[in-house]
Amino acid sequence: MTILRIEHLGRSAGDVTLVDDISVDVQAGEVLAVVGPSGAGKSSFLRLLNRLDEPTAGTVWLDGVDYRQIPPRELRRKVGMVTQRAFLFPGTVYDNVGYGPRQRGDAISEARAEELLARVGLSGYAGRNVANLSGGEAQRVSLARALANVPLVLLLDEPTSALDAEAKAQVEGLMGDIIRDAGLTCVVVTHDFAQASRLATRVMMLQRGRAMRIGPAEMLHA
Amino acid sequence: MLNRLFTDPLRLGLAQALAAAIVAFAVVLVARGQKIHLERDTAIALVRGLVQIIAVGSVLVLLLHSSRWLGAPALAAMIVAAGITSARRAKGVPGSLRVSTTAIACGAGTVIAVMTRLGVIDRAITTLIPVGSMLIANAMNTNGLALNRFRADVLAHVGEIETALALGAGSRESVGPYVQESFEASLIPAIDSLRSLGIVWIPGLMAGMLLSGSRPIYAAIYQFVVLAMIFAASGLTSLVSTLLIRDQAFTDAEQLRLSSTA
Repeated sequence: MTILRIEHLGRSAGDVTLVDDISVDVQAGEVLAVVGPSGAGKSSFLRLLNRLDEPTAGTVWLDGVDYRQIPPRELRRKVGMVTQRAFLFPGTVYDNVGYGPRQRGDAISEARAEELLARVGLSGYAGRNVANLSGGEAQRVSLARALANVPLVLLLDEPTSALDAEAKAQVEGLMGDIIRDAGLTCVVVTHDFAQASRLATRVMMLQRGRAMRIGPAEMLHA
Repeated sequence: MLNRLFTDPLRLGLAQALAAAIVAFAVVLVARGQKIHLERDTAIALVRGLVQIIAVGSVLVLLLHSSRWLGAPALAAMIVAAGITSARRAKGVPGSLRVSTTAIACGAGTVIAVMTRLGVIDRAITTLIPVGSMLIANAMNTNGLALNRFRADVLAHVGEIETALALGAGSRESVGPYVQESFEASLIPAIDSLRSLGIVWIPGLMAGMLLSGSRPIYAAIYQFVVLAMIFAASGLTSLVSTLLIRDQAFTDAEQLRLSSTA
């Protein structure tokens, strides 16, 4: 079942074309890795998928609905995002995990927060101040925070590139397990081909904003 | 020394202005030694300030002998000029001119109107214009500080703001902490003026009232009244300004559209 239909999507800023006529379908439970060199438009593409930026051409269909018909807040709850840096809000881990549900007026229960934290390997961290977390721990909290909204699609923008090698391996392994266990639909931006082949089922190679190739993850080994 | 050299009041005034400008520029030259370049802006501001205040002085001479009904249009013109000036402090913020002018009109305009109605500000043009201009000028400074702080804070926290948006927060919630900080920071000068009144600072209005023969206690109380009005006008201006600019920073689809360029 197609959960995300990306149709002739494009974005230009002034004379610069950031994303150029990309069309691709993402099936439920599929992990699409977007790879390419620096400046290829990977992050610009991803930011269009939750409408943090406005496309100048084309559109995205989320579960059969043109995403411009969905109120932006609701869309962003359905299409969650984890970025390169965690950008945790001041306060406790619990405050951060409950941030998304609070925006729609729901307080997250301690049990639910603990369940999400257990999924990212941070059991017992709910009461900790985020100022005292390591980079890897912070990124895992940001993953739990995104999952708290129960998204239909999860966007991961270079989620491990700001981490050291040890934390990177831990977080990547954890993400892989969570994605597989929950059957999450994901779009992962990475410049790391090895990471793409470990996480993804399909790969889209971008260059100068254009999708040059789309195919199974195995094509990275070719 | 200067008053011995110049007996004509106009020449004495110009000589005093030149001396004050030289001192101000000396500070700029000291700053230049620290690679802080304010020469051009300061030179333009000094010349412009002198020309403007002489022009205003000339207009005031005319106004003082004119109908009291000219007071309101004169104050309205000042509000527009103040809006244009302080909007420049928010380069890259869409709609900053409209926000600034509206905020100053709401803040200073409301306080002037209410206080004039209550009889705190005399309707005579000789009082209305000088006191009104004090409120407008301070509202302008507060507005400029608020917009400048908001812009700087938002640009420094794009990651946090977009993270909040990506988690389903509304645009207003995502910049809430920066609206609050801009409001508080913009009122620091007005609060400090009130705190230091009479201890660090004996304002010109009180000195002027004393020189013109008012009773010292009344002059002192009225100075407090003016500062309290300035605080009220500044506070209301900053509140309106930060609440309006909060919405201007985003598109209808709640995308951050503030840029670091003009």
